[in-house]
Amino acid sequence: MEFLAKIFAMAIAAIFVQNFVLMRFLGLCPYIGVSKKLDSALGMGMAVIFVMTMASTFTWLIQTYLLVPLKIEFLQTIAFILTIASLVQLVEMIIQKTAPALYKALGVFLPLITTNCAVLGVAILNINEEYTFIFAILNGLFAGLGFTLVLILMAGIRERLERAELPRTMRGMPIAMIVAGCMALAFLGFSGLKF
Amino acid sequence: MSVIKEFTKGIVKENPVFVMALGLCPVLAVSSSVENAIGMGAAATFVLVFSNIFISLIKGFIPRKIRIPSYIVVIASFVTIVDMVMEAYVPALHKNLGLFIPLIVVNCIILGRAEAFAGKNNLIRSIFDGFGMGLGFTLALIVIASIREILGAGQFLGYNVLPATFKPMLVAILAPGAFLVMGLLMGLMNLKKK
Repeated sequence: MEFLAKIFAMAIAAIFVQNFVLMRFLGLCPYIGVSKKLDSALGMGMAVIFVMTMASTFTWLIQTYLLVPLKIEFLQTIAFILTIASLVQLVEMIIQKTAPALYKALGVFLPLITTNCAVLGVAILNINEEYTFIFAILNGLFAGLGFTLVLILMAGIRERLERAELPRTMRGMPIAMIVAGCMALAFLGFSGLKF
Repeated sequence: MSVIKEFTKGIVKENPVFVMALGLCPVLAVSSSVENAIGMGAAATFVLVFSNIFISLIKGFIPRKIRIPSYIVVIASFVTIVDMVMEAYVPALHKNLGLFIPLIVVNCIILGRAEAFAGKNNLIRSIFDGFGMGLGFTLALIVIASIREILGAGQFLGYNVLPATFKPMLVAILAPGAFLVMGLLMGLMNLKKK
């Protein structure tokens, strides 16, 4: 029971209280870049959830069974970014072979994920917070869910903004930033949630 | 003369943050105080200059197909150096910046300059380009951080600059303030461009 409670607390923290995009400022490039259409936001979100979970799994294993026993923790940054880059490549190839339809839907977004700082961010956070294996994987999954949630919310708002009457100077990026600010303000309300 | 131009273009005309909107994550995350902004700017400039130097030197040996992974390894090595040096000499700042030092690796400005400039140009020009871009990044960070720190805490670099009757707008140094200030500044830049 305590285990489940811990998982629940972690999910709330990663998705709402410490949302990766709005509170930790990780993964802003895709958040602003891929939130113009709802379909592509959904595709990107799914791909990120998948890669973040996988990356958490593999980087944790590499840190615990390779870097720490060999006492080469200082190579963490290099090892992690290479792991993520090859993982993204591998995922791309596997999806292409096994699920061509999904690949077509995700296609363009997959290579972009390597430079999504939320992925490297969650990998390093898992190590810094000294999570156990299961929790590291779950943290990756929840962080990805939190990212997808705000990405989809943002896409929904921006589809409507397209038709709004805005001063010309505020169109595009500036108004996206202001909307993100308002969302962050709303998410700040979750910070009272403590378990 | 062209070298000077490579240097100055990064500061205003092709400013990586305001004009090209690259590397937003660290800009928004560490701009809650001017001190953090300067630290982050210095770290990123160091990585930018040295990765530009290294990449322009080895560009002849890297096969085109694997150039991106090679660039990432070069950048990651310099980030590791910065990370270790900062942890040893400025531990307080290192702790404040936290996660965002290793995350310099995935900062699009640095990989962007490696791919768009250092991989194609000679050593001298690459050094000036890296330095100019780094300075432009740092200045942008300082501008945003100044606004946020003055509004949010009534301070600049830790000194009180506003009269005691001023009530700090706490929201400016919290997460939403970063987005709002950035959005308004980008709008201002658009206004100037027209």
